Formats: sequence, structure tokens, C-alpha cells
Amino acid sequence: MFTTTVLSSDSQASPVAKGLEMRDPRKVVANGTNTVTAGIRNDVIPWVDDLLAVRDARDEAAFIRLFGHFGPRVKAFLMRTGMDAALAEECAQEVLVTVWNKAHLYDATRASPSTWIFTIARNKKIDALRKQRRPEPEDLPWGPEAEPDQAEVIGLQQESEQLGRALRDLPEKQRELIEKAYFGDLSHSEIADQTGLPLGTIKSRIRLALERLRHSMK
Amino acid sequence: MTVKHHLTDDLLMAYSAGDLPEAVNLIVATHISLCDECRAALGSYDAVGGAVLDTCDSVQMSNNSLNSVLDMIHAQDNQVQDKPVLAKVQDDVLPAPLVDYVGGGLDNVRWRSAGMGVKQAILPTSKDATARLLYIPAGTAIPDHGHHGLELTLVLQGAFQDEDGYFSRGDIEVADEDMNHTPVADISEDCICLAVTDAPLKFKGLMPRIAQPFLGI
Repeated sequence: MFTTTVLSSDSQASPVAKGLEMRDPRKVVANGTNTVTAGIRNDVIPWVDDLLAVRDARDEAAFIRLFGHFGPRVKAFLMRTGMDAALAEECAQEVLVTVWNKAHLYDATRASPSTWIFTIARNKKIDALRKQRRPEPEDLPWGPEAEPDQAEVIGLQQESEQLGRALRDLPEKQRELIEKAYFGDLSHSEIADQTGLPLGTIKSRIRLALERLRHSMK
Repeated sequence: MTVKHHLTDDLLMAYSAGDLPEAVNLIVATHISLCDECRAALGSYDAVGGAVLDTCDSVQMSNNSLNSVLDMIHAQDNQVQDKPVLAKVQDDVLPAPLVDYVGGGLDNVRWRSAGMGVKQAILPTSKDATARLLYIPAGTAIPDHGHHGLELTLVLQGAFQDEDGYFSRGDIEVADEDMNHTPVADISEDCICLAVTDAPLKFKGLMPRIAQPFLGI
């Protein structure tokens, strides 16, 4: 378990960060210098810490912080899928209860807290609006590696932050389409109806946006 | 196993966003169970969803929201949690999502004859699209057909060949409205596929067209 001290700008001095450098020096270099990443880490990693504290220690204070950050976002997301405020409130509460109940399934090397909570909120949406089951892929068998590699955790969280910035930097029209595709519960052809754009244009704009995101991740 | 025919970006993104009919979700989840490349791609689409969640606006929760949530988690934590752990059925042909819908392994599939030695079993999903398992004897051709909508075919055992290429276990064929094709099961082994359609197939010959309403394909 790492703490937020790792993430401060003097992480050079932190024993955990040193451990990381020893474990995988290339990764640290590849992720950029400490001065560049310091700000990012402070933004993102606290949610990992809090989620891991909920998972491993059933830490209620950490859960309350997660609730404060993600509750209003999940509620906004659910309202954009067409729920009224009351239903969205109820479902957002259930999503946060699920975060508590399923925290043992959270793997910080596989998803950022936002991504993980997004998938829970999405499943809630399918459950509430479509009244359907959601088939999930078979779990990968666990490898021999028992302890998650912390460099891997940090790398993934940094990538997530980078992705968030790339998304914010997209041209307005492209970003709107991505948001509609994820939040509007709209198929591409329904987006076409709504925006008055031809389907081909929608598809190529979404493709362009995804390519930009991909490019920014390189 | 090397999968050669993959899901489209459209389908992966829509699966991640949760915008697909249940039957289509089922075939996507089954393909991903067999395909590391699409599993990784799905991870990226989910990450985009997470980024959108994080960067978009927020709506204030109601006043007593936190207290109700804390009450719920306390109430649950106080309950004795001894749900029986179901022994998971492992099947060599059916990946976990299908085991779920079949209610067991390949032996538990309730096949119904569809003529010419072909058997099918329709899986219980919502009505907006249909998922069926198809059993096609080695070397048998499925009649030439086009589609009104989307047809997705995922190979689980054996292989088939059509105008689009050679498909073996894990490969998925995405056929749209414009495509007419005649899949032929490989001679070496009986072929088992999961096929999903969001509209009835249209067969070219007269006979199959008459038989279609009875076969339900």
C-alpha cells in the first residue's frame, strides 16, 4: 500500500518511490520527471488510496470522501441517461453502496477508480432503464503474481489522468459526441437524429476523437 | 489460440457504454472471454467512460443522501453474509457468459432440430435481438442468406468458411445488411456457433423462405 506522500513533489525522497525506481527504473523514466507528474498524482491517486482503504480496511472515512467526489458525478451521469432527479438519486446511492460491497473486487492495476465506478454506474443504468441482465466476460485466471506491482498501479493511474486531460482538450464537437455516446443512452443513429448530423459524420467524428485520445496516450 | 476476426470498434464502444441489446451484449462478452486483444480494447473504452464520468458536470446529492447510504452499508454489514458459493461449471466449449445463459455446460443445451442435421437452441434474452446456439454438422452449408439487420456469428467449436474468410474458435463475423453469404462448416469437425441477429434473416431460395417462420431463424 502506498500513501499520498509518494505522490507529493518530493517523492524522490520517499522510500516507496525509491523502491519503485529500483523495481522498474524504466517505467519511472518513461512516465516523465517528477516535476511533471507531481501535480497529476495529487489529483488522481487519492481516490486509489481511498478505494484501497475501503477494500482492505473497510475505512468509512475514505468511503465518505469517495461518496463526496463520485456521488454527484454518478448522479449527473444517470440524469443524462434520461432518469429524473429522484430516480438518479436513488440509483446513485445504490451505486455507492455497491462500491462498498464490491470493493474486494477492485484491482488497481486494471482500472482507475473512475473507470471502475463508471462500470458499476453503467450496469446500474442497464438494470434500471433496460431491466436486463448484463453478461460480463469470463474473469481472467489469476497469475502467479500475488502482490500487484505498484509501479504498474501508478502507471495506470497516470495514464487515466492523461486520458482525462486529452478528453478535456478535444474539440468541443468531438467531446460532445463522445459524451453523448457514453451518457446519452443513444445509439449512433439516435445521435444522428438528435444532432441532425448524418450517421457517417457522427461515426467519423467519434473515430477521430478516439484517434486523438489514442495519439495523446502515446 | 489466436483469434483473427475481432469485434468492431462500434460494438466495443457500445458495449462499454451499455447501449446494446442483451443478446448482443452476450456475444460481445463471450468473444472477449476468448480474445485478449478485444479485452484490452474494452479496457480502453471503459477508461474513456471513466474519464467522461470524471470530467463531466456533477449534480448535488440530496441532503440526507450520505446518511442513507451509510445506513445501507451498516445494515448489510450486520447481516450474516453466508451466501452459498455455487460451484462454477467449467465447460471446454462454452465460456462463462454462455454457461450462465445455458444454465450449465454443452450437455445442458436443449437443442431443437432445424433440418439438414442443423440444430439450434435459442437463449433467453430480451426481445430486441436474438441469441442462438447453432450446431452445424461438419461440411454442411447454411443456405445463402442476407440480413435485414446485424448478424454476429462467433465460433465456439470447429470452423466455418464463407466469402469473408475462415473462422475458427474465438473468431467473430460481423455481417451487416449488405452482405449475402453462405457459411460452410469445416469438414474436420462439427461446428458450434453463437449467432446473434437483431432482425430476421432473409433467405434467397424459396424453400428456406417458407421454412423460415417455422425454424425461427
